[in-house]
Amino acid sequence: MNIVFEKRLSRSRRAAVLVPIISFILALLFGSLILLAFGVNPLEAYRVMAVGSLGSQYALTETLVKAIPLMLTGLSVSIAFRMLFWNIGAEGQLAMGGIAATYVALFLSDSLPGALTIPTMVLLGMLAGAIWGLIPALLKAFIGVNEILTTLMMNYIAILMVEYLYLGPWRDPDGYGFPGTAPFPPEAILPRLVGRVHLGIIFAIIAAFIVWFVLSRSRWGYEIRVIGENQRAARYTGINIGKNILLVMLLSGGLAGLAGMAEVSGIARRLYQGLTVGYGYTAIIVAWMANLNPWAVLFVGFFMAALLVGGDQIQIALQTPAAVALVLQGAILFFVLGGWIFVNYRIRLLRPSEPAAADELS
Amino acid sequence: MSESQTISAVEMRGITKRFPGVVANRDVDLTVTPGHIHALLGENGAGKSTLMNVLAGLYQAEEGFILLNGNRVRFNSPRDAIDHGIGMVHQHFMLVESLTVAENVILGQRPARFVIDHERVEEQVRELSKRYHLNVDPKAFIWQLSVGEQQRVEILKLLYRGADMLILDEPTAVLTPQESQELANILRQMTAEGKAIIFITHKLDEVMRFSDWVTVLRGGEVVATPKTSETTKSELARLMVGREVLFRLEKEPCQKGPDVLVVEGVRALNDKGLPALKGMSFSIRSGEILGVAGVAGNGQREIAEVITGLRPVTGGSIYVNDVEITNCTPRQAIETGVSHIPGDRLGVGLVPNLPVSDNLAMKAYRRPPLASGPLLNYEALRNFARNLVKGFNITTPSIQTDTRLLSGGNQQKVVLAREIDASSGMLVAVHPSRGLDVGATEAVRKTLLEQRDNGAAILLISEELDELMQLSDHIAVFYEGEIMGIVDDEEADTEELGLMMAGEKRISQTPSIEDDGRPR
Amino acid sequence: MTEALIVSILIITIRAGTSLLYATLGEIYTERVGILNLGVEGIMMMGAATAFAVSYHSGSAWIGLLGAVLVGGLLALIHAFLSNTMRADQVVSGLALTIFGTGLASFMGQRLGPGGTTMVGLQGPKFVRTPLPLLSDIPILGPSFFNQDVLTYGLYLLLPLLWFFLYRTQPGLHLRAVGEKPLAADAMGVPVIRTRYIYTIFGGMLMGVAGAHLSLGYLQGWADNITGGRGWIAIALVIFATWDPLRAVIGAMLFGGINAIQFRMQAAGTTIPAPFLNMMPYIFTIVVLVIITWWEAISKRLGAPAALGLPYAREEKH
Repeated sequence: MNIVFEKRLSRSRRAAVLVPIISFILALLFGSLILLAFGVNPLEAYRVMAVGSLGSQYALTETLVKAIPLMLTGLSVSIAFRMLFWNIGAEGQLAMGGIAATYVALFLSDSLPGALTIPTMVLLGMLAGAIWGLIPALLKAFIGVNEILTTLMMNYIAILMVEYLYLGPWRDPDGYGFPGTAPFPPEAILPRLVGRVHLGIIFAIIAAFIVWFVLSRSRWGYEIRVIGENQRAARYTGINIGKNILLVMLLSGGLAGLAGMAEVSGIARRLYQGLTVGYGYTAIIVAWMANLNPWAVLFVGFFMAALLVGGDQIQIALQTPAAVALVLQGAILFFVLGGWIFVNYRIRLLRPSEPAAADELS
Repeated sequence: MSESQTISAVEMRGITKRFPGVVANRDVDLTVTPGHIHALLGENGAGKSTLMNVLAGLYQAEEGFILLNGNRVRFNSPRDAIDHGIGMVHQHFMLVESLTVAENVILGQRPARFVIDHERVEEQVRELSKRYHLNVDPKAFIWQLSVGEQQRVEILKLLYRGADMLILDEPTAVLTPQESQELANILRQMTAEGKAIIFITHKLDEVMRFSDWVTVLRGGEVVATPKTSETTKSELARLMVGREVLFRLEKEPCQKGPDVLVVEGVRALNDKGLPALKGMSFSIRSGEILGVAGVAGNGQREIAEVITGLRPVTGGSIYVNDVEITNCTPRQAIETGVSHIPGDRLGVGLVPNLPVSDNLAMKAYRRPPLASGPLLNYEALRNFARNLVKGFNITTPSIQTDTRLLSGGNQQKVVLAREIDASSGMLVAVHPSRGLDVGATEAVRKTLLEQRDNGAAILLISEELDELMQLSDHIAVFYEGEIMGIVDDEEADTEELGLMMAGEKRISQTPSIEDDGRPR
Repeated sequence: MTEALIVSILIITIRAGTSLLYATLGEIYTERVGILNLGVEGIMMMGAATAFAVSYHSGSAWIGLLGAVLVGGLLALIHAFLSNTMRADQVVSGLALTIFGTGLASFMGQRLGPGGTTMVGLQGPKFVRTPLPLLSDIPILGPSFFNQDVLTYGLYLLLPLLWFFLYRTQPGLHLRAVGEKPLAADAMGVPVIRTRYIYTIFGGMLMGVAGAHLSLGYLQGWADNITGGRGWIAIALVIFATWDPLRAVIGAMLFGGINAIQFRMQAAGTTIPAPFLNMMPYIFTIVVLVIITWWEAISKRLGAPAALGLPYAREEKH
């Protein structure tokens, strides 16, 4: 008897909803094994994580704070993934957005009318992210260089650039050696809505709407869909693939850049090492679990943020490394990936019939 | 795993094989004995290849079993079948392009020597090719070989593994008529040595000329297994299709029109950077179908691609309706009015995972009413799709159904509908009826003739000589990137075309313009 | 340049190149069988953490190495299972592996020191450089190539073996065939899925060794983010090497050389800020990728295994 996967005639919607949920539960079980191995009580750890990230108004706002960059970078990579352009570079694009916004805040805000400071930061932040995303896009469109590797290398370069700036020329002269720039002037700080939740959450919602609108209402979105599903057919039907790569990466990089702007302006209010903590990588999980749907990205982004906040909480409460959050993220993704086969396939037992007469013949 | 023993009979009993949504074989019985060539006849989609893939161990049947010399055997993988002396030459060759002939031959061999003794293997291959007249250089890489040579490697592979029973799936599709005859002679030699041959085909002529027995499959079931000498072509045709076949398309005489496509001295490279088109010139007039005959890989794919802007030319020029489109983008070619039915339907012509409506709109989405500014009017798109589905009789549950779920015939109708809707007079059709059943083939051919009668210029590339002779007004024969001659369809005969396809005959005379309009 | 300077640069070049080369060879074998494993970075990280933790507590670098090999194979097994059996997207699966490995290694680094404390800053057993008798007396080459640690010497043996296996043996032929055209291999009786499992796991083991060399040989200690993108550079080196084990040597030495130059410049008290020096390998990777891709395009070389990254299912149309 063989167990085989048989392709379904149409994708199972039920499986598409159930797989991420079941994956999450399995990942928690898997994670508890690891926690047990390191002598941590998993029930206690998960309780601390849940309470710390969702259990109070404060916890919820902190989760939302972390959700903002995850939503924006999640949207950033999801639109690129739609076209099967593997933008692994949201982290670097975020960093560049942060650098540009910082530049405006530190050096241009004096000469700008106060009301224009934030819009200029948004604009230049997005532009910087877009340009950082454009470089691998150009290399891919014109030479065909593997974008996974170039976007990744660009991350390392951008992060080192941030390091150079806050340790070097942009270092706060009055900072008593603190590694970071001077704090931003008030007009360069994003207003807060509740707790530490800042205007960036509105940016994320607007961005989700724009991405949704582009994908489902515009001719451009139609082209992105065709390229993502069958690049050869796209070329055959006259779609300019190179142009689309550039455009999509401008949008993708711009959204990641906006995330960087929101982080420096809304949370840190200066440029320092804490800008690049891996949102751009978690974004990949967010996008994939959301099945590249922009509205689902908002939801999953919040959920992943809860995991990160929870990780910080167990570090504080149980002295368990916050890296548990990363381990759980990876594990969730493993299970989603493994489970996704049930969306497109069904399991079937293959049992060849046993004719009674056959053995007599032998 | 038993030792390979001489096969005295292979029996398949009650084989049923299902794929999601279809039953490919239903309760099939088949007995094959050594010393004979057994033809497996059926139209496309009748389940011939599936049945043989079960026998070759590649597929596992849901029901039924296989008896070898009276013993029940079970093939879980091709290795099991090969170990029992059964091997198959697949229609799409199972060769690794980047490996040499010798390496392909010893692939999967067991018990294997750990370190490969290349010289010894090459010598063995050489001996084997000599014995069976299957000439091929064992040191050559597969990608350097012609399709005909690749087929020889496939057969050598099986002989090297000591196969007593060879299954050949549509082996003549890639051969000239003369080469087909040679192959038949080789197969005869093998049966004389006591091997059993199964020969899958949908061509009646071949059955009559090559086989001793014939099993006719229709809709996945066996309809008859007569001795070839005791049946007739027309009876087989009736058995195969299930009704009287009067497969005769009425073709109006060609209406004289102005040149639509002019190709002058075009040169181009193939994917490996080698010359594929070596200075080709021809023209097609409004209301004319120019057929392209030739063995696969002689520049057919490349000529279609240079005309549609998918491949750059390295020399020469191309005009459509007096507009030069040499080295234009695919988009420019489309806007000049060139439509293209690509040879690779699912890989190039369609986006299988998108709905029928999206696939139908792949060219119209740029123009109003589907386009409104930068936006796409999905209401208009659905109406557009519904009209085409109706106009071209596309059978689909709905326009929202993913295209991969349609039958091959209906998928091809989606391509055809889209291309004809977007066309303004120039159509490049590559293997338009490949893999389609009789009904769909007929529909596709009728549509092409309608377009011709409406004044379209059509470049028809096909591997089926029948199709070319039925539809074309002229036939150009390609050989190694050159045109060996262009013959009038009235004068074309298989023998002559075959010689030209093999590069052994060249006619410089192209039909004069005055000939085109004469009544037939 | 003095002889001493050349030797000192060569020593660092080879030391830095060793772990890169192990990782690159692992990825070459993995990709050659048709599986794209983008989890190299994560596997190396886990290899480094495991090797250090195990050797620290066992007192033997060799046992640490063994641990890294097992962990590397185990992580690659996850990838092989997701790619082969569950037919998951190999790009995403590899990224998941990197995120998972990075997280778990960081977790281990903070917990596996003495009494559940951090491993950062600890000294443990290491693979020290030992000159080979006679060979190390050769001028310049001796002290640079034959005064290395045992993992580097292992590479001198492994490299020709891996090359020979791939191109001259029956299992090597099967490996290549499965990566190029799995259906053809299957039709001739080569077990595609099993072959893919075997070499993906084997590749992961080599990546584990690459990690072990970082924490036991080259850097001799544990630090968060110890790999610093070396796993990704290894993937770029596979493209540079056009999937050929011998050509990978050139790439690994090139990048080892960059590290050596970085070192030398820092030692010489350069005015270039450290972040810019640290950018060099990444910028160089991009430049190398651009050149190699462009060169392959104009010379029409098709280097990548034809079936790379595609799941195999026998009864589906290909």
